Amino acid sequence: MMEKIASYPDALTDETFHYCPGCTHGITHRQVAEVIDELDIREETIGVAPVGCSVLAYEYFDCDFQEASHGRAPAVGTGIKRVHPDKTVFTYQGDGDLASIGTAEIVHAANRGENITTIFINNAIYGMTGGQMAPTTLEDQKTTTSPYGRDLKKAGNPIKVTEMLSELDGPAYLARVSMHDTKHIRQAKKAIKKAFKAQHQKAGFAMVEVVSTCPTNWGMSPLDAMEWLEENMLPKYELGEFVDEVEVE
Amino acid sequence: MPEKVLMKGNEAVAEAAIKAGCRYFFGYPITPQNDIPEYMSRRMPEVGGEFLQAESEVAASNMVYGAAGAGARVMTSSSSPGISLKAEGISYIVGAELPAVIVNIMRGGPGLGGIQPSQADYFQATKGMAHGDIRLGVLAPYSVQELVDLTYVAFEMADKYRNPMLILGDGMIGQMMEPVEFKEEVDPEELPRKEWATDGSPGRERNKLTSLALDAKVLEDLNLKIKDKYDRMREEEVRYDEYRLDDAEIAVVAFGTTARICISAIDELREEGVKVGLLRPISLFPFPSDPIADLCGQVDQVLTVEMNTGQMVEDVRMAVSGRCPVEFYGRTGGVVPSIEELKEKILELRGEK
Repeated sequence: MMEKIASYPDALTDETFHYCPGCTHGITHRQVAEVIDELDIREETIGVAPVGCSVLAYEYFDCDFQEASHGRAPAVGTGIKRVHPDKTVFTYQGDGDLASIGTAEIVHAANRGENITTIFINNAIYGMTGGQMAPTTLEDQKTTTSPYGRDLKKAGNPIKVTEMLSELDGPAYLARVSMHDTKHIRQAKKAIKKAFKAQHQKAGFAMVEVVSTCPTNWGMSPLDAMEWLEENMLPKYELGEFVDEVEVE
Repeated sequence: MPEKVLMKGNEAVAEAAIKAGCRYFFGYPITPQNDIPEYMSRRMPEVGGEFLQAESEVAASNMVYGAAGAGARVMTSSSSPGISLKAEGISYIVGAELPAVIVNIMRGGPGLGGIQPSQADYFQATKGMAHGDIRLGVLAPYSVQELVDLTYVAFEMADKYRNPMLILGDGMIGQMMEPVEFKEEVDPEELPRKEWATDGSPGRERNKLTSLALDAKVLEDLNLKIKDKYDRMREEEVRYDEYRLDDAEIAVVAFGTTARICISAIDELREEGVKVGLLRPISLFPFPSDPIADLCGQVDQVLTVEMNTGQMVEDVRMAVSGRCPVEFYGRTGGVVPSIEELKEKILELRGEK
């Protein structure tokens, strides 16, 4: 008797990802889709896509989807969730979208304890527009708009969104995970699942920050990008669960 | 017979929205429309609806986008500077072809401007609301009763055309009290199902709502599809009213609050034997160009009166196409023209004949 231990997730369409080789969006998409399958919620889930590399997420996830304007996915998700409080609503946003133009929307959705799930991709750069400085760009990191390296005195500091949101009373689950090796990828999946469970328990706002790579705009091979992430991003962006009010089932 | 109740314009538009089946309201405080979110915050829980005070007008309009996409009758309201902020969400609502109702209780601008009544957002409402080749259906009431009636119309049109509708009032309409009666209530549960909505319904193909089209031809096709709806609105949704125009030699064209003052001026001038009447556009988009053009055969001149420095007058001139003189009179910045000054202007025109 053969046992099926892995398959293509039902919650992903057959569309080919447009993501660059080595980009970790693909892994994160797959994990979100697997969680949707495991919780058997594909037909009752409504996703909200951002503006950024994952703007076309609605082509890849096989569930209802709305494409939001830049940074506003938590507001759009709020609108959907208020109409359908018993459906599953998630936003999928990058760091330019969530941590720069969308700071008001994410802070207030989190603070209201809006019962939605957010997947936040932090790769320390603007990908889709071609490698500009993001709010999460590290000190001295070179981008197309910080060609001499990010000067903290002029361009401000890398923003730690998960720590910032953990000061609020609204979030029920906040975690930061990383995509740089198998062990951490497995941990990431657990966190993403918990973030959806928080919503189903009507516990409040849930977000997983996924420390990710951008080999193309970092100018590295995918493998070097994984190593660069581990060596440079993880000291700044500490991994772990910052808020966890999810009940163990 | 429905009972008449005395209501402030802002509260009346809120109650009318609820009676038209709206159960979701996302707003942000700004004078002179604060009575709308305040009323909604009190009433929505009573009817099983949702009121949410958003963190900004930008967020509010994007919440409207989400709720509209999720299949609900949804409304937001604001006043001039706040409408500028809502513009982003409105463009996406048009692009994704969603129904929504937006109320602008106009105040004087530009910038922070003032809080007195104004009609300075005519261009914004009818032509330049936001980026892209977009229009909103624009309805401009001149009384609290008409504000109520047009609110039902706005929700019906929004659903019919899958396009946002704008109710364009001003601080005067919002703040004044008049007796109103409400038509029969719409039960939102009885409305036709929106098959395209992202409502997480099982057993069907998934629904996607987006305004993104990276292929220029696909995007052109979307724009042409949207334009077709506007052409249909031009054929089916033109609304206007006429007052004492039958034998008029001078036609005044004015909308909203300004039209009321013009009516008072016209009544007094008629007493003095001056043959003057009013054409009052109710739908500012689609604009009643044909009835205004038809005036040319009858009247000697047209006077457009607005609470701005001359905006609708451009549409009036376009309709008239040089076939008769079009004069303009306006006050702006929150100054409301008096009956006396309008009479004086009309008499001045008559003297120049």
